[in-house]
Amino acid sequence: MAADTTAPALPLAEPVPGAPNRPPAALQARAWLARRAEVVAIPVGAVVAGFGLFSLFLLVLGKSPVDFVNLVWRGGFGSPFALQNSLQRAAPLLFAALCVALPARLGLVVIGGEGAIVLGGVAAAAAAQPLQGWPATLAVPLMALAAAGAGALWIGAVGALRAYRGVNETIASLLMSYIAIALSNHLIEGVLRDPGSLNKPSTWPIGEAFAVGPLPGLDVHWGLGVGAIVCLAAYLLTERTTTGFAARIAGGNVRAAQIQGLPVGRLVVGFTALGGACAALAGFFEVAAVHGNANASLNAGFGYTGILVAFLARHNPLGIMPVAFLLGGIEASSGLIQRRMQLPDATVLVLEGLLFLVVLLSETLYGRFKIFSPHLWAEKRETSNGAAAAA
Amino acid sequence: MNDDLGLWTVLLAVIGGAIRVSTPFLFVSLGETITERSGRINLGLEGTLVFGAMSAYATAVVTDSPWAGVAVAGLAGGGFGLLHGFICRFPRVNDVAIGIALMLFGSGLAFFLGKPFIQPSAPPLPAIPLGFWSDTPQVQAALRVNVLFLVGAALAVFLWWAFRNTKAGLIVRVVGDSADAARAMGYDVDRVRLLATAVGGVLAGIGGAYLSLYYPGSWNEGISSGQGLMAVALVIFARWNPLACFGAALLFGGAGALGPALQSVGISQGYYLFYAAPYVLTLALLIATSSPDRALAGAPGELSLK
Repeated sequence: MAADTTAPALPLAEPVPGAPNRPPAALQARAWLARRAEVVAIPVGAVVAGFGLFSLFLLVLGKSPVDFVNLVWRGGFGSPFALQNSLQRAAPLLFAALCVALPARLGLVVIGGEGAIVLGGVAAAAAAQPLQGWPATLAVPLMALAAAGAGALWIGAVGALRAYRGVNETIASLLMSYIAIALSNHLIEGVLRDPGSLNKPSTWPIGEAFAVGPLPGLDVHWGLGVGAIVCLAAYLLTERTTTGFAARIAGGNVRAAQIQGLPVGRLVVGFTALGGACAALAGFFEVAAVHGNANASLNAGFGYTGILVAFLARHNPLGIMPVAFLLGGIEASSGLIQRRMQLPDATVLVLEGLLFLVVLLSETLYGRFKIFSPHLWAEKRETSNGAAAAA
Repeated sequence: MNDDLGLWTVLLAVIGGAIRVSTPFLFVSLGETITERSGRINLGLEGTLVFGAMSAYATAVVTDSPWAGVAVAGLAGGGFGLLHGFICRFPRVNDVAIGIALMLFGSGLAFFLGKPFIQPSAPPLPAIPLGFWSDTPQVQAALRVNVLFLVGAALAVFLWWAFRNTKAGLIVRVVGDSADAARAMGYDVDRVRLLATAVGGVLAGIGGAYLSLYYPGSWNEGISSGQGLMAVALVIFARWNPLACFGAALLFGGAGALGPALQSVGISQGYYLFYAAPYVLTLALLIATSSPDRALAGAPGELSLK
């Protein structure tokens, strides 16, 4: 845990030096707003800058950035069909991003969500077989539980290795992800394979009865709704409970947390396991609501885009929702961009990579702008007060 | 007797595979050793490896010279290293996270630019038949050694010597162990790290050139599948010692060759599980060599990898 080097300053209320009475309510409100505005304005600025760099890249290739933005709008956001397509792609990103954001509360960088997604999908498909004939209201939650359990075990193991053995979680989680994908391929092509799936090895279909349907009034499956609820729950857990507070302390300074008697090891295992369960739910919905069985399509890169979503949202579960929608929209417009601009499908990967770099670079800007830093206003007010008194 | 021959075939194939498969591991891990010895970690070498593979292949297709491909891959890798080193010098920027971003960016850019080069075939790097003394074709096949493997082996010995005995080696180690001490001695910490990361990138790019120009010897989007990242883990296992990196790279190569070797004698059951062998081995070694309560022996003091 990079505790001692990058420990963020605790957001204590800044005392106004030399001010005899509390600042007026209006100023307090402005200060509150300014602190909140910083965490929105800097990422938004970074995304705009990332798009700017990508525009340069397109110009070098002789393509029009205006066309590109236009097509992203039309393919991802401009029509009800495009919007539903974007939301459909945002659903797994919500879960995948939580797999990064929850452990990040403890200062851990977990990047193995892709493996948990694939494993969760396979676990859900495997659980569907012995449950055939059961009522769907009972069987579908059990399938989700099987998926979440597999994911929790997988990423929770990474947390346990970190907590009790000191194994670097970033490398371990990615290795576990590769192992999970190999294991899933082994199962899909082996014991779980439907002999009828000739060209594309798949598990037995879960059956019509267990298929998860769309949200009421939308053509988007329930994964979106559940994902939003889980994001909200994760927000409440991290921001509004003592457990979440303990995790933040442990993430800021392990030594301090241990002195306070916080169960750092259990927090690490718990948060990584929760993250793994979330990622695995993405796999469950891909199987139960999109594909109908588990196959190689589960390994579609949602886990990697989820890393970007989490970092863009600065690991805030509420921030994950709009960011996942934005990136879902960009990915939804990928096909249109390929056809209209004759660009390869990796175009979106280049854009995402640039966005990621710029967003990380923007971390250095926090606290550098006076407009966002109320404690710097106080100095100015003091000097102007002093000037007024002298006059 | 037949079983005996099968076992020998597998053993020979694993040894040959260890030599063939280990070269990219060797180059990436040596590069990462230089970077980490200076106190930074670059997880982006996975992306550098993929981009090196693509740029080497594309250059070799266009110029018909595999060595031009190696040179371009090294230059491109150096570019990625410079980018990493440049971004990480800003305060509050996390080098691990930048590495992940560069991993995604490097692979994405390689897939983007490499699309037209999946079909054409490039001239491969030459190999030296060190198995000429034997009549057995399997032995001859196992001992066809690529020039880059020998270069990598020599480089490992050279780096091991240079870290102890040259001024540059000592400066890198001082910067990696204590930035304050290095500053007190008048060295520019950021510049040393920038150069160390750039050199690490050059080596990773050359490792990528080996992938696409010798073994497996083609360019496609699944060419690396985590080898760059395994090499980073390997550096921890090798305790930041270039000579140990060489041994560890051979071990990893052998593990990677196990699946195909067993398949060649007709054991195809559990193919995907054997495919996972290098990842399992890496993880097992990481677990075995990590420790919950003390810093890793031999780790540079400034490293954020804990």
